[in-house]
Amino acid sequence: MSEILNFHYEVDGTDFTSAGQSSVSVKKELRRLGLPAEIIRQVSIAMYEGEINMVIHAHGGVADINLYEDKIEIILEDHGPGIKDIDLAMQEGYSTAKENIRSLGFGAGMGLPNMKKYTDEMYIDSVVGVGTKVRMIVNIPG
Amino acid sequence: MKIQDIQQLLDAQVVCGEESLGKHVYSACGSDMMSDVLAYVKDQAVLLTGLVNSQVIRTAEMMDMVCIVFVRSKSPNEEMIELAKDSGIVLMKTEKRLYEACGTLYVNGLIGNGKKI
Repeated sequence: MSEILNFHYEVDGTDFTSAGQSSVSVKKELRRLGLPAEIIRQVSIAMYEGEINMVIHAHGGVADINLYEDKIEIILEDHGPGIKDIDLAMQEGYSTAKENIRSLGFGAGMGLPNMKKYTDEMYIDSVVGVGTKVRMIVNIPG
Repeated sequence: MKIQDIQQLLDAQVVCGEESLGKHVYSACGSDMMSDVLAYVKDQAVLLTGLVNSQVIRTAEMMDMVCIVFVRSKSPNEEMIELAKDSGIVLMKTEKRLYEACGTLYVNGLIGNGKKI
């Protein structure tokens, strides 16, 4: 099925303060389109966690939101260090974030588990030293 | 409970969003860890926190929260105030500490899961 709409964002990895700007923008776009509040929340939280991850770990990256009739696809891609052990990274509470990130309210090891929790499908493709691509799907109930 | 009741109970100063003080809220949560707010919170309308950075506002926006109370007299900066205004979120600050502020709201009927005590 062809996509109806695409939103593309460059996520700036140099400034933690601006992290999440793209997610806020997506949330507003989806609201404007009149999607169900719960779906909007799921998409924006998953994307926000992913955006924070890209800024904390990977010097930023790109985010694409593809809206289909029956689902929303979120694709986050970076050229960061990659994830060595994806199973370990998926465990709640496991984090490689530094203490300074924790003092900013993140780095509790909840990012990836949260992204999985709020989406219907999640796929992680990561190569150490090359980068990470995360693809998430949130289904829109018919 | 209305947001203006929260302001009175916590003797808080409203930073922005005065026009929304009449809104009703039914639940709240207190945390300095935004990861946990994103993980565990559901339908909580008010966030009490001692953390002061732009991610607090964005986290609240993501969770559809309508009011943020900064404890221990912490003050949001201009950028945070602008973000909050843009998202229609009330910001206020109180001298109380997080534990006391949460407890005060709780005993006055604003409990975590939105049910009345």
